[in-house]
Amino acid sequence: MGVWLQLSEVDVALGGRAVLRAITAQVDAGELVVIVGPNGAGKSTLVRTLAGLAEPSRGTVRTFGHDPAHADRRAVARDLAYLPQQYELAFPFIVEEVVLLGRYARQRGLGLATDEDLAAARAAMTACDVADLAQRRFDELSGGEARRVILAQALCQGARCLLLDEPTTGLDPVHARHVFELLRTQCDAGSAAVVVTHDLDLALRHGKTMWLVAGGTLVARGAPADVLASEETKRAFSLDIHVGTLPDGTRFAVPA
Amino acid sequence: MSGFLTGSGTRLTGRRLAIVIAACVVACAALAVIAPLVGVATGRGGRALEFVSFDSPLVAVRWPRVLASLLVGGALSASGCALQGWLRNPLADPFTLGISSGSSLAAVLAIRIGLERVLGDWGIGLAALVGAVGTLLMVARLARIGRHLPPATVVLAGVTISMFCSAASVLIQYTSDFTDVSHMLAWMMGSLDSTRLVTVEYAAVPIGIALVLLVAYGRELNALAAGPDVAASLGVAVGRAQGAVFALASLLVGVAIALGGPIGFIGLIVPHTLRALIGPDHRALLPASIFGGAILLLVCDTLARTVIAPAHLPTGAVTAVLGGPFFVFILVRQKQRASLWGRA
Repeated sequence: MGVWLQLSEVDVALGGRAVLRAITAQVDAGELVVIVGPNGAGKSTLVRTLAGLAEPSRGTVRTFGHDPAHADRRAVARDLAYLPQQYELAFPFIVEEVVLLGRYARQRGLGLATDEDLAAARAAMTACDVADLAQRRFDELSGGEARRVILAQALCQGARCLLLDEPTTGLDPVHARHVFELLRTQCDAGSAAVVVTHDLDLALRHGKTMWLVAGGTLVARGAPADVLASEETKRAFSLDIHVGTLPDGTRFAVPA
Repeated sequence: MSGFLTGSGTRLTGRRLAIVIAACVVACAALAVIAPLVGVATGRGGRALEFVSFDSPLVAVRWPRVLASLLVGGALSASGCALQGWLRNPLADPFTLGISSGSSLAAVLAIRIGLERVLGDWGIGLAALVGAVGTLLMVARLARIGRHLPPATVVLAGVTISMFCSAASVLIQYTSDFTDVSHMLAWMMGSLDSTRLVTVEYAAVPIGIALVLLVAYGRELNALAAGPDVAASLGVAVGRAQGAVFALASLLVGVAIALGGPIGFIGLIVPHTLRALIGPDHRALLPASIFGGAILLLVCDTLARTVIAPAHLPTGAVTAVLGGPFFVFILVRQKQRASLWGRA
């Protein structure tokens, strides 16, 4: 176990505009971090910074001991898988091909799929409930199906840590819950995940740690129930979040 | 057969790749053997298509032109395929990026100042090559943002440079005498009329090397189809891959234009057609595009030198006349599947 991802006093500016300011946080092995906050708060930029896709103007980022923005991309990809908020594929690949793209960092030469690659792709597609879509064209899927396919691509990468920007957007409630259960299982088995989400209820039920980002700063961090009930959350969303307990003991969160 | 060839519902396997390449090689080789045997004879019965035997002196005369067609067609088609993949843009080809216009401007300038009188036959080809590379550097300089070459700014810079170069070419023609203008127009239509074997031999080396290197970027182009962020997170060194693809594609276009003038449509229609036939995987699509482009240009050039014989048509005019309607046919067929590149 140990610290896998670390941000120290990180500022990020995009187009001359400060998007993140003085972010200090860390992600440990086995941790499922959920990032919440209002639109435009800087959540996606925070995840992109962890993935090495946005460079800090100040401070340091370390993922598995390396600076992800300058490390060998192939080595980074074996440790970190990133799912962006928007995913557009320019050509009509079939689903199986899209998922197999996740094996890039583990292949050499022509990269024709080996038995190991195919097994990883099958496992990822089964986990994301898209195995029956394997031979369909990606551009002919519904939004929710496409979202599950690219989650399968990220899983197929076989990375130790998943960075997922709104993975449940467009998913029906059953599949959305299934995604969080899957992440929880993966983290319990020793992986780690950082998930941006607007589904506060799923974040409460499955997250181990919650980061509240507002105005480009990390304004609260801790157990999801504590963060959601905090004054900072009320101020960030201009809304009270009611955290309660169902008769079976399950926690839930709804806007009050 | 259709499921195998269309690529729909089929991922790329070693066997499928081998069959695609073998089919391309056989078709290309067969046409390359037949093409120099075909010509038009003018006799008492008027003009008629004539097949000569392998030992005919006409074969030796036509052979450089056949080789040039294969090289230029393969180079233009592969560069179009790579540029479409890199820029994620179905309209990307050597013309969109201004490379053709830049090399045309340099060639027109070379004719205007009489570079041929100084450097001989090489003058115009050399100028076209310098023009292509110069345009590439200018587009890259204009489009560059930090360490990146964003596709949208590359296309914008390419279109801007292309318009400027076309306007400058017109101005130069306007101030030139009649002989020079007809020479310029003939060159700008694209033709393999005066290809010599020694020129083809010199062009074959850079084109061959660049094609092999470009094919090696098939996996990177597949990943880049999902955008640079996803490609980087999958493990692709995006800046390096984009720079290499851009440089190799431009080199191919530069040498191809130096050899045959600005021959259009090959870089656009061949990759599109093959993508519909064998699927979008660049590991198969790039090599298939090389052979597909070579075959198409060889067919067009053979038509160019036979349909109105003894006169020759400009090869570029034949590719445009045949390519345009064929491209429309492909577009209509694709539209019936609801989308060409994504959701309609």
